[in-house]
Amino acid sequence: MENTTAIPALLPALPEIVMAIGAMALLMYGAFRKNCTAREASFGALGIFLLVAALLIVEPGVAVQTFGGMFVVDGFTRFMKLLILLAAAAALVMSLTYIRREGMDRFEFPVLIMLATLGMFMMVSANGLIALYMGLELQSLALYVVAAFNRDSGRASEAGLKYFVLGALASGMLLYGSSLIYGFTGSVDFDAIAGVLAADGPNIGVIFGIVFVLAGLAFKISAVPFHMWTPDVYEGAPTPVTAFFAGAPKVAAMALILNILFGAFPSMMAEWQQIIVFIAIASMVLGAFAAIGQTNIKRLMAYSSISHMGFALVGLAAGSPEGVRGVLIYLVIYVIMNAGVFCCILAMRRDEGYVETIGDLAGLSRNQPMVAFLLAMLMFSLAGIPPLAGFFGKFYVFMAAVQSGLYALAVIGVLSSVVGAYYYLRIVKIMYFDEPAEAFVLPMPAELSTVLGISSVFTLFFFVYPAPLIVASQVAVGALLP
Amino acid sequence: MADGYILSLVTFLPLVGALIILTVRGDEAVVARNARYVALWTTAVTFVLSLYIWAQFDPTTSDFQFVQKSEWLGGAIDYHMGVDGISMLFVILTAFLMPACILASWTSIDTRVKEYMIAFLVLETLMIGVFCALDLVLFYLFFEGGLIPMFLIIGVWGGKRRIYASFKFFLYTLAGSVLMLLAIMAMYWHAGTTSIPVLLAHDFPASMQFWLWLAFFASFAVKMPMWPVHTWLPDAHVEAPTAGSVILAGILLKMGGYGFLRFSLPMFPVASADLAWLVFGLSLIAIVYTSLVALVQEDMKKLIAYSSVAHMGFVTMGIFAANQQGVQGGIFQMLSHGWISGALFLCVGVIYDRMHTREIAAYGGLVNRMPLYALAFMVFTMANVGLPGTSGFVGEFLTIIGAFKVSTWVGAIAATGVILAAGYALYLYRRIVFGVLEKDSLKAIADLNRREVATLAPLLAATLFFGIYPAPIMNVTAVSVENLVSNYNAAVEAHRLAEGGGAMTHLTALLTGR
Repeated sequence: MENTTAIPALLPALPEIVMAIGAMALLMYGAFRKNCTAREASFGALGIFLLVAALLIVEPGVAVQTFGGMFVVDGFTRFMKLLILLAAAAALVMSLTYIRREGMDRFEFPVLIMLATLGMFMMVSANGLIALYMGLELQSLALYVVAAFNRDSGRASEAGLKYFVLGALASGMLLYGSSLIYGFTGSVDFDAIAGVLAADGPNIGVIFGIVFVLAGLAFKISAVPFHMWTPDVYEGAPTPVTAFFAGAPKVAAMALILNILFGAFPSMMAEWQQIIVFIAIASMVLGAFAAIGQTNIKRLMAYSSISHMGFALVGLAAGSPEGVRGVLIYLVIYVIMNAGVFCCILAMRRDEGYVETIGDLAGLSRNQPMVAFLLAMLMFSLAGIPPLAGFFGKFYVFMAAVQSGLYALAVIGVLSSVVGAYYYLRIVKIMYFDEPAEAFVLPMPAELSTVLGISSVFTLFFFVYPAPLIVASQVAVGALLP
Repeated sequence: MADGYILSLVTFLPLVGALIILTVRGDEAVVARNARYVALWTTAVTFVLSLYIWAQFDPTTSDFQFVQKSEWLGGAIDYHMGVDGISMLFVILTAFLMPACILASWTSIDTRVKEYMIAFLVLETLMIGVFCALDLVLFYLFFEGGLIPMFLIIGVWGGKRRIYASFKFFLYTLAGSVLMLLAIMAMYWHAGTTSIPVLLAHDFPASMQFWLWLAFFASFAVKMPMWPVHTWLPDAHVEAPTAGSVILAGILLKMGGYGFLRFSLPMFPVASADLAWLVFGLSLIAIVYTSLVALVQEDMKKLIAYSSVAHMGFVTMGIFAANQQGVQGGIFQMLSHGWISGALFLCVGVIYDRMHTREIAAYGGLVNRMPLYALAFMVFTMANVGLPGTSGFVGEFLTIIGAFKVSTWVGAIAATGVILAAGYALYLYRRIVFGVLEKDSLKAIADLNRREVATLAPLLAATLFFGIYPAPIMNVTAVSVENLVSNYNAAVEAHRLAEGGGAMTHLTALLTGR
């Protein structure tokens, strides 16, 4: 019997510890130094991100458990954490100019992003219901605050409040589901739950529990039918925050779903598969159709992210190693494409301030041909047109669905991607076919053009040498599904 | 000589040209001029290189030649290029038509010339890639990738209703193709590879063939286009700039026919045999119905677009006749229609550039002012009708023979299409070229200039040369087609024997009159 009073091994959690201490230190620095700007703090945060990334990369990549088996580190968690870090860092870089201009220049912003990222790390590494909840709440609380970070704006406050109320509801459902699972299996530890279920077979109480837990998590990835908050929060929140919401938290929540379904309920795949299939279809279809009527580009991206989560879930629904690999590849490509698109949205600024209706992009191809071209390519990529990166994301998830015999899901999925193509094309149409409107303020801030450049190069040339990502995700899947 | 790389070279050379144009800087006029010349030279060099493929091609084997293979996506999905007798000539056709397209856009495109030329060169890469790819995923990549430049070409440089037309083109084609993508995935899991040569030898179970065939059919029928999913074509043709129409009619449509030949027939022989009646039915409707529709058109481009649908009906009919004459005729018809319809669109472009209208009623009596034009247009009109001595005759004749072997009725109904073609084509020619030149607007119209002569002359030469002497094309395709047909027949026979003649077979036999 392990001695529970001894200090657990801390080394596996070193990246998290560094991140936590770094966030505290940055907070202290900001509080005690007069006039600490967000820019300064952001660079501090980025430095810590880099350090954490280095720690993650040198990690041996073997499976280690610590804190009484509640915290797990392996190839899968490393992959997911690096992706989260990438998404968070991109969002932070993209916020540099915006928060200065919009009167949000406070050092707390990067600190909150760091704390949210720490929460996501916990979610990824969670190996028990309690650790799961802790990570989720740490993330969510930080996110509620950043959603309303522009406190003078009514829209942002509304977004923050809406997000908080609905998020709390989702957390409640998740907790309720967790308590059911604990009640019917007698454990909060994923491995122990899996053991009990494998021995006793599925039971109705646990199924109820899974439904509630999945409802809570579906909220976090904004999958239908728990997506209602997404368009409003995306529209109301400051744009860099929206960019952040669209990336890292989705990855973390998806990792959590993978963790819990394959960690605790592998023997009940037949049961949860139906739920995932339903959520996936509903998200893809609703995301595709509801986006058609949108005029605000942030709202449009909200619906776009809903349908993208649906596509990613197609891979999960397949329930096979190929499917999980598809999900991971999809997430990486999605995060990178999304960062590029939000760079373009952040560059939509006229003399009177930031604008965000789709019509404002009219004739961008005349005023800024390069930006228009890259945004058009990103749109085609989001629509899943080969040979751009977005196609490969869809390719791998549907490949897995076909392998698992989910033909109806695959057919509905690809057809909804055709519907989705319509609204992505509409943006291209406005940029290229319409008469030019007033130009945006030039030049584009350097950090935005850098992120946009990296994202576009990846999107355009992924097909030339796709092997690294495919191999890396294969390794990650190997750790999750031994 | 590194024959293994020649296909990749031909495929990606236009892309290099596009990158060069991208680097051109300076004021607008200089950029436009340089872009035009770079594009012209790139396409010309590509064409010359493609002729090298033809020269080195060994017509005595049905194997794939100039094969190149390297690791790509992993899991038996490779970068795999190669051509055989069926695909090689399409590569040449693409490279042949491109310089004409660039020349045709020389003065008629005066806005965003740089982007225009880049779009065309990228499109050329993707089109040649379609015909060279020996891996299904790679094929799909090229096949679908072509939508992006074509969407922009129609949408940016098109006519009044260009936005509607470009969206319709894009969404129609995409909707058909995604189903094919799923079929490709299903094939991958069944055969463990997406390599086309392996899949050609793979035996899919009959029930699976049925669904795979339908999925591929969804894609190719839209691309071809077959009635009733042809409605995007008239819109796209009418709104696209002249060169865009040439590419659409000349090459993009051929991808559908090529797909039937490369995938549907050899990979799903049983389903092809069972569903041939469907193809025959749709083809005959296309031949007769769209010919009638073409008769009443007021817009020149629309008329030619409908005639394209009718001509593609001959192609599908010939292919699914699945005998030597039908398949070879289908290939020949596709190639000859490639340059004939391209030339017809160029002819429309010539007078459109002068008068800025495509309405037939706005013209008349052009022969008085434009004798050269009248001559060229006449040859192409006759070729479109299928007059013996032009290349249009050979393909139509062979496909009808092929169909006749399968069913007298199919052949007989298809033959009426030739008469109808004579009706609409000659009627068009009469209204535009003959008669008295009495419209004031036409009094000062000028005949073909040197650039236009240079654009049309090679197409004219091809039309007449291959009309009189089709052997070069026939020889190249013969062995591959023979192999295709014999494999097809063997597979269908084997299936019939194994099945002992199911209900479906009887039905098919009844319907096709065998």
